[in-house]
Amino acid sequence: MFTYLLKRTVTLLLVFIGLAILIFIIARIVPGDPARIALGPLASAQQVEEMRQEMGLNDPFFVQLWNYLAGLVQGDLGKSLLTSRPVIDDILGALPATFELVLFTVFLQITLSIPLGVLAAVYRDSWVDNFTRIISLIGVVTPGFVLAIILQLLASYQFSFFPVTGRVDPGLNFEPDITRLILIDSLIKGRSDVFIDAFSHIFLPSIALAAAGIGQVMRITRSAMIEVSRFDFIEASRAYGIPERVVTFGYMLRIASVAPLTILGLEFASLIGNAFVVEFVFSWPGIASYGVRTILQKDLNAVIGVVLVSGIFFVFANLFIDILLGIIDPRHRIREGSSK
Amino acid sequence: MTQPSGQELNSERDLGQQRSLTSGQMAWFRFRSNPSSIIGAFIVLSVIFLAIFAPLIAPSPQSAGSFVDFINRHSPPSKDFWFGTDNVGRDIFSRVIFGYRVSLGLVIGVLGFAVPFGVFLGLLAGYFGNWTEFVIMRFTDIMLAIPPLAMALAITAVLSPNLINAMIAITMLWWTWHTRLIYRIVKAQMNEDYVEAAKVSGASHFHIMFRELLPNCVSAISVKISLDAGFVILFGAALSFLGLGVQPPTPDLGTMVSTGSEYLPEYWWEALMPGLAILYAILGFNLLGDGLRDMMDVEV
Repeated sequence: MFTYLLKRTVTLLLVFIGLAILIFIIARIVPGDPARIALGPLASAQQVEEMRQEMGLNDPFFVQLWNYLAGLVQGDLGKSLLTSRPVIDDILGALPATFELVLFTVFLQITLSIPLGVLAAVYRDSWVDNFTRIISLIGVVTPGFVLAIILQLLASYQFSFFPVTGRVDPGLNFEPDITRLILIDSLIKGRSDVFIDAFSHIFLPSIALAAAGIGQVMRITRSAMIEVSRFDFIEASRAYGIPERVVTFGYMLRIASVAPLTILGLEFASLIGNAFVVEFVFSWPGIASYGVRTILQKDLNAVIGVVLVSGIFFVFANLFIDILLGIIDPRHRIREGSSK
Repeated sequence: MTQPSGQELNSERDLGQQRSLTSGQMAWFRFRSNPSSIIGAFIVLSVIFLAIFAPLIAPSPQSAGSFVDFINRHSPPSKDFWFGTDNVGRDIFSRVIFGYRVSLGLVIGVLGFAVPFGVFLGLLAGYFGNWTEFVIMRFTDIMLAIPPLAMALAITAVLSPNLINAMIAITMLWWTWHTRLIYRIVKAQMNEDYVEAAKVSGASHFHIMFRELLPNCVSAISVKISLDAGFVILFGAALSFLGLGVQPPTPDLGTMVSTGSEYLPEYWWEALMPGLAILYAILGFNLLGDGLRDMMDVEV
């Protein structure tokens, strides 16, 4: 297990460095002078030249790259043009909201899709199976922002319990200063009013965000369960008289959960991407809202920071899932460990 | 990305062997006996048809541009305006039809570049192995670690938002999936006898890659393209929804949803109708892709 972890971490570091270099290159090869963008069209050529000097844009490419990577290690992502604060501070300020949304979304995905997938496999070809099939198809083909708008429409007409914007009612006067996640902090502090309010805020955006993943993971779980159900040892366990419940959830689901977990990890990238759109619709004060605002302002440092942080997010989520898979299925540990 | 359920396919394969149908007949039989693929094909054909003949079909072709009809602004769906009208009185149904032109143009643009490029890299990596494989596949891994929408947002933002730049941004990220897919298939094919035979008989690298290996990837590629088409539409719509894709007055579905959402909830049709139009197209390509996958019995 230790070598496995070590190998995964080394791969992760490689991916991370590659990601940083790649984003840097893309940001540098794009047309347009960052200094000119920073100063606006009214600045004189001399001012632009001074700015270029100050930003280090006249240094050789590799010096720039080195400075950038060195700054990165120290958590320095440069200054935002939009807020004129360090980008890292802006991102850290917005991150908890996104983290909470994503975490709750993944929670919904796992708790809804895996049981439904198991159900569809157990009652294969029955109405349950067909019903979940339709649900998953709808989930997969509905764009996040369309679903978000439909949910907002429903909320404003039918279910006024769910507010359509924001993260928590500012009138409640609550400071999430323990984990920075409102749902968890309100529980720790015993503020049930805040918890209910935060829950009603997070519910619709996370449903809009979770739908695509729920659809996919449900189908994958179903086919994985059906595949596992043909294994000999399952037949043998049944013959021994082990209760069906134990066979299904203890033996079959354990092996069958490898595929859906892998997909959840891969889907995590599009989850973060979708978060941009969903946060935008629901005015969720997260990193994606910040990202969209800075992109529209051509705030290059902030944009690079946001893309980088979302990449790190994705890489870590996959490391976590890799470790989880290694625990669930030892074969995964050996296979992945030896090939890298 | 559901996997085909093996049992059903197996039983059909047995059936085919007994009656000794040709593989083409068998594939057609599988495709036909799957109602969802028929529905998918119908939807896709209808979208393509609407897009090609948009100026002839649209009840109000002038609505595609910056046409203004203030008397009819914010009209709900009716006999005259099937999907209602928008904030300046343009017929939403006509705009949706023209919007399909933009969406399909995006699909052709993106997949026209991303698929050949991705397939080529996948062939190289799978065929040559060693360091070629290492470089290409690690690079692919890195590209896959970037959340695509975030990256596309960044690229289109820096390169001023318009249709062509959105296309470039999506293409830059899309090839990775094809590289992965082809790499996996080629890697599995490398141990097959026919590859060995070609090598022994002195075939060139070029011949083995493009004449021996590539034909074995074609069915997987076509399934992938069909599934991709829907997601490219989704992606492009998401970009323009955020104001970073196609710019007005070009009738783009994502932009229409975005503008319409400013008038929620009173004028709900202005966002919902184009939204459902996007959903319809994606649904079609998805069902078709699933049907093709079952038909050709490939894993994508």
